[in-house]
Amino acid sequence: MTARLEARALACSRGTARLFREISFGIAAGEWLAVRGPNGSGKTTLLRCVAGLTRLDGGAVLWDGESIGAHCAPFHANLLYAGHLPGIKDDLSAEENLQCALQLRGVSAPPAALAAALADVGLGKRRRLPARRLSAGQRRRIGLARLMLDPAQCWVLDEPLTALDDEGQRMFSTLLERHLARGGLAILATHQDVAPAPARLLRMGA
Amino acid sequence: MSVAVSPLVPAQPEGSFAAGFAWAFARDLKLAMRHPGETLLAVAFFVLVASLFPLGIGAEPQLLQRIGPGVIWVCALLAAFLSLPAMFAADYTDGSLEQMTLSPHPMGGWVGGKIAAHWFASGLPLTVLSPLLGLQYGLDGATLAALAAALLVGTPVLSLLGAACTALTLGARGGGMLLALLALPLFVPVLVFGAGAAEAQASGLSAAPHLSILGAGLIVAGMAVPPAVCAAVRIAMD
Repeated sequence: MTARLEARALACSRGTARLFREISFGIAAGEWLAVRGPNGSGKTTLLRCVAGLTRLDGGAVLWDGESIGAHCAPFHANLLYAGHLPGIKDDLSAEENLQCALQLRGVSAPPAALAAALADVGLGKRRRLPARRLSAGQRRRIGLARLMLDPAQCWVLDEPLTALDDEGQRMFSTLLERHLARGGLAILATHQDVAPAPARLLRMGA
Repeated sequence: MSVAVSPLVPAQPEGSFAAGFAWAFARDLKLAMRHPGETLLAVAFFVLVASLFPLGIGAEPQLLQRIGPGVIWVCALLAAFLSLPAMFAADYTDGSLEQMTLSPHPMGGWVGGKIAAHWFASGLPLTVLSPLLGLQYGLDGATLAALAAALLVGTPVLSLLGAACTALTLGARGGGMLLALLALPLFVPVLVFGAGAAEAQASGLSAAPHLSILGAGLIVAGMAVPPAVCAAVRIAMD
C-alpha cells in the first residue's frame, strides 16, 4: 500500500491578514517534507490546515487521491498529529498518558509494549510518576514513545525537537528514519536540521 | 539505544462511536478521581448551601417544607454550573481536544462520553444526596422520591445544556462570565419543571406531568446538544 499526501493550491488567511496562498506539494511513502520559515510565517497554520483542524480558504488536501474535506475518516485513521500543545494530562502518569493517546487513536498496545517504549525513551523508571513531575523534555519524550507505538502512516509534527536534548533529537532522527523506511511519510515544521535529509523543502514567508 | 518502531499496519484502524464514547467516559472519570477536590467541590457546595438554608431560616416547618424543593433545585443547578467550565477548557488548553478532534472516532462519540462522565461525577452524586438534604426541610417520603426522580432526569439535561454553552465559550476571554450568561437562562426551564415536580407531589398532585416534560427535555437535549458541541469544538479549533 503506497500512501500519498498531496496539497493543491492551499490558501489560508487570518482575519484580514493573508498567511499563505498557492501552496502545493506532494509527499509519497518514504518521503518527508520540511516546512521552514521565520516565526509567524504560517508554519503552524499550514500544518493545522493539512491535519484538518483549521479550515482552508482555498485549495484541497488529498490523502490517497481523496480530498480530506469530504472524507476525513480514512485520513484521520492514519494521521498522527502533534502540535505545540502536547496533549498530556498532568494528573496521569507517563504510562497512562501514552496509553490514553494510543487508545484514542484506536491502537491497543499491551502494557509490556508501553513499558518497553517508555524505557527506550529514557522514562523507564519515571513511567509511573504523574506527568506534572516530569520536565519539559521528559514530557516530550512521552511523545517520542507515542511515535514508536502508533502505526499511523502520516506524521504531521510541529517543532518536534523543541525541549529535547541531543540524545532525544538523535532518537527522533532514528524514529523518523524507521518510519520512512516502513513506508510512512511525514511533514515536519522545524528550525533545526533533522538527520535523514528531507525529500522536499517548503519555505514559508517572505 | 534500542529504538523500535511498531510495524506499519496496512489495515486502517477503524473509529467507532461506541469506542469514542467509552474512551472519553473512562478517561474523564479517571481524571475526576485523580482530582477528587475539584469533583467534590461541586458536591460540597451543594450540601453546604442546601444545609445552610434551614439554619438561616429557623425552625418553621411549614415554610421549610414550602421552599425545600425549590432551594434544593437552585443549589443543584448552581453546583452543576460550578463544575461546567472544567468540561472542555482543560482539554482545550493542553491540546487534548486537538487530538480528540483528529482521532478516527466520530466526534459525537467522545463528546457524548465526556458529557456522560460529567453527569456521572456531578449530577449523579447530587441526585443521590438530595433525599438526605430534603429531610432537613421536613419533606415527606413521596416528595423526597419526586425530588430525586426530578433530579435524576433533570441533571443530565443540565450537563447537556452546560456542555453546549461551555464548548461555545472555548477560547473566549472572560469565558466564565459569558458561560453564566449563556447557561443560566437555559437552565431556567429545567429549574421550573424540576422544582415543580416535587412541589406538585407535596401539594397532593401528581409529579408525573413535570417529570414527563423533563424527560422530553432530556430527549431533545440529547439529540440536539452533541451536534452543537461538535460544531462549537470545530470552531474553537479553527
